[in-house]
Amino acid sequence: MAKSEESAAGAALLQVDDLQVEFVTRDGVARAVNGVSYSVGAGETLAVLGESGSGKSVTAQAVMGILDMPPGRITGGRVLYRGQDLLTMPEEQRRRIRGRKIAMIFQDALSALNPVFSVGWQLGEVFRVHEGMSKKDSLRRAVELMDRVRIPAAAQRVNDYPHQFSGGMRQRIMIAMALALEPDLIIADEPTTALDVTVQAQVMDLLAELQAEYNMGLILITHDLGVVADVADKIAVMYAGRIVETAPVHELYAGPAHPYTKGLLRSIPRLDQKGQDLYAIKGLPPSLLHIPDGCAFNPRCERAADRCRAELPLLQAVLDEDGADLPGRRSACHFWKETLHG
Amino acid sequence: MTDDKTTTTPVSGKVVPQQRKDRTPAAGSAEPAIKVVKEWQEVWHRFAANKLALVGLVLVVGLLLTAVFAPLIAPHDPLKQDLMNTLKPPSGEHLFGTDILGRDQLSRVIYGSRIAVIVGVVSIVLTLLIGVVLGAIAGYYGRFYDTLTMRVADVFFAFPLLIGAIIIITVTGRGVWPVVLSLAIFGWATVARLLRSSVLSAREMDYVHAARALGAGHARVILRHILPNSIAPVVIYGTFNVGTAVVAEASLSYLGVGVSPEVPEWGNMLAAGRGFIGVYDYMWTLPSLAVVLTSLGFIFVGDGVRDALDPKLR
Amino acid sequence: MGRYLLRRLGQMIVVLLGATLILFACLFVIPGDPVGSLAGSERSRDPAVVEQLHKRYGLDKPLIVQYGTYVNKLVHGDMGEDYTQRRPVAEILGPKLVNTSKLAIAAIVFDAVIGAGVGALAALKRYSLWDTVVTLITTILVGFPTFVIGMLMLNLFAVQLKWVPVIGDPSDPVQVVLPAITLAIIDAALVARLMRGTMLEVLRADYVKTAIAKGVPRRQVLLKHVMRNSVIPVVTYIGISFGSLLGGAIITETIFNWDGIGMAMSTAIQQQNNPIVVGVATWGVAIFVLLNLVVDLLYAMLDPRIRLS
Repeated sequence: MAKSEESAAGAALLQVDDLQVEFVTRDGVARAVNGVSYSVGAGETLAVLGESGSGKSVTAQAVMGILDMPPGRITGGRVLYRGQDLLTMPEEQRRRIRGRKIAMIFQDALSALNPVFSVGWQLGEVFRVHEGMSKKDSLRRAVELMDRVRIPAAAQRVNDYPHQFSGGMRQRIMIAMALALEPDLIIADEPTTALDVTVQAQVMDLLAELQAEYNMGLILITHDLGVVADVADKIAVMYAGRIVETAPVHELYAGPAHPYTKGLLRSIPRLDQKGQDLYAIKGLPPSLLHIPDGCAFNPRCERAADRCRAELPLLQAVLDEDGADLPGRRSACHFWKETLHG
Repeated sequence: MTDDKTTTTPVSGKVVPQQRKDRTPAAGSAEPAIKVVKEWQEVWHRFAANKLALVGLVLVVGLLLTAVFAPLIAPHDPLKQDLMNTLKPPSGEHLFGTDILGRDQLSRVIYGSRIAVIVGVVSIVLTLLIGVVLGAIAGYYGRFYDTLTMRVADVFFAFPLLIGAIIIITVTGRGVWPVVLSLAIFGWATVARLLRSSVLSAREMDYVHAARALGAGHARVILRHILPNSIAPVVIYGTFNVGTAVVAEASLSYLGVGVSPEVPEWGNMLAAGRGFIGVYDYMWTLPSLAVVLTSLGFIFVGDGVRDALDPKLR
Repeated sequence: MGRYLLRRLGQMIVVLLGATLILFACLFVIPGDPVGSLAGSERSRDPAVVEQLHKRYGLDKPLIVQYGTYVNKLVHGDMGEDYTQRRPVAEILGPKLVNTSKLAIAAIVFDAVIGAGVGALAALKRYSLWDTVVTLITTILVGFPTFVIGMLMLNLFAVQLKWVPVIGDPSDPVQVVLPAITLAIIDAALVARLMRGTMLEVLRADYVKTAIAKGVPRRQVLLKHVMRNSVIPVVTYIGISFGSLLGGAIITETIFNWDGIGMAMSTAIQQQNNPIVVGVATWGVAIFVLLNLVVDLLYAMLDPRIRLS
């Protein structure tokens, strides 16, 4: 099912193919990622949307090779970077790709930056590790990077420590660190969630601007549909370790083909709904230890039928009302037709 | 092992169930609210989940029973000298031999548990009492009281426990109470610091502001609202340190500044056995075992109490 | 950093003054008036001689003046004369302090290197046989008092195996090993447990993931990012444990007949040679306070969050 997904933007930069990850816990095996496939090309932004526990971050960590193993383990699938499988590649070769070709931005910059080293040291480390740069030169480059992400008085602040910066500035430092070697692909895991709303927009704009400038691929992991609309090209919605719907961003907003996506869109507060009760999807996401049989979403789904409790829906092509294929659109719902057109 | 063995002797075996029967109705008649019962059940559940804590509990209960029923358990009078039978190896009569004055080693170790319990428990209770009162005052009233208490605490903190205790006892002379007192004098500072910092954070909680706004007096706010929510670290510290106090007391006696030398006490026995290492090892092995098991018992129980009261600290 | 240092120095002086007050009070009320014993037994003593001696030792002055004199003398290293040899306490204790320092330094090195090393290895090889064995041994070891460890060691290595003599010779560097291990091993067990726990936590920290995601080689991640953060609590703990280390030194030296200030104190206790007892206590407090300052500075150097707050 991943084959046809190779984006129209040309050969995929990164292609995740039927990835499966589980965690061994005291209470049993938690199946966090159950056959996820997606791809992203140069200059393209893929938003991976889902609640916490949907497997969106775990997928990213598996791609990046920073999964805690144990307790985590990758039980299947491939992660292809320019056609090479990162999962079977020797560690040293993979290390050279990390940070240089694929970089990552984390959610909480305060915990993602080492508290005992100056930001300049940490930014410079990328150059020292990958380019064998001297301490002095790497520090100079760190200042340039800080300027690049518009941190005021970069030269004076390069020796400051993470706790001395504001949340927004720290996230800019994380972005600078990811950008350092102008990678092909950036994975941003909830990059704005920990920030104030006003700062969120600034950081998102900066990220989008730099992405365009360097023509990077971007995987934006988020639970916030609002963040996605402006920056993403396409969306993959995840639920209980699976992708339940993929679509170009505007088509998804215009007409979701999965009840879960529909529920998410309905639960965004809108001004024209003033006075009405806010919609919420009933129930809670399932425990990954006991994923429901059939469609994982069926206990919360308004449309659930017997078939949904028995048969696992696979991602399938979504057609328009005339029966023509909608490119890039897939839904894992037995009733996608009713959901989209009904 | 001593503690375990003694509790399973027929004598104490009969006594234990009796005591339990006495206690259960008393606890039941208090009829506490269901919520409280549930909360304590949960606390016990978390404690019991720690297997080492249960081992520790067995050791501690064994120690307490040995101390209480020492006269029933001990085969001989621990003070009775028998100069015809000095330094005798183990025999049916003297299971762990006799010391340099012909006194029964086992009986002396059994009676030694009494000193351990008294010093351990009383000194910690005293330490907690001083520390909690001063720490609460410092944390709650702040400013001058805080500065004064904490600077004084710093001074007492500057004395290593053993060294502080030695100079106090040099002044007061040996004995159980000087030991208890000196351990409390140089122990309270840690407790005061612990309590002060938890009071400082509890003081800023909304429910405390609410209580103040509703007109509750200082004493009421401290006793009803702040202390119950900041006492957990202190209780954990206290449990851990009963064993430390027992070891400190034995160390002092070992150095000749603890209880009087003729008193049956583990440190004294070890000091007496020091000259017989490799010659007559019964002099020091049994009391060593008693100290180690006691110390371990309280550490393990402390571990369980920490799990039970403050799961975050794990 | 400079301001932090000044503040800590100020605090230290206040603490030391407070401690001298306690020590002075003890000296003052200690039974057995030194002047009295100099003037002969209680019955035969001549009041005039006593008075003269009181005057000579300044005991007729107000307490506050006496305290001032006492502190002044202390600052100049004068701790009075002992009872048995009539020699200055500082002169008696000086050479012994060197011996104790050898022991203490060896013990701290053991704690820091062996304790932290064992703990770090256990954390890196979590759930391995090594980890299990370390956890088991350290769990039991923390319940062993110093004197029990010492007697077991002495019995095994000096009496049974005869590897070392029963009376330790501080000038022989090999012989420091046994007493140093005795003194250190309980804290080393605690350090190992602390190091293991801290390191397991640090290994899970986000900033370690960041470092790996940056492409930093594993070795470098461990040596720089993980170690640097893991040693901070260990350094603090070793600082706190100096107190028990000094107490333990008294016991250890007594067991191994190690000619340091700890054994001097233990002997002085038996002989009721109080100036030595108080002298060792004074030095003990001073050393403890000073070492705590050193550790605090080290801590501030290691953790910028402390230094810059």
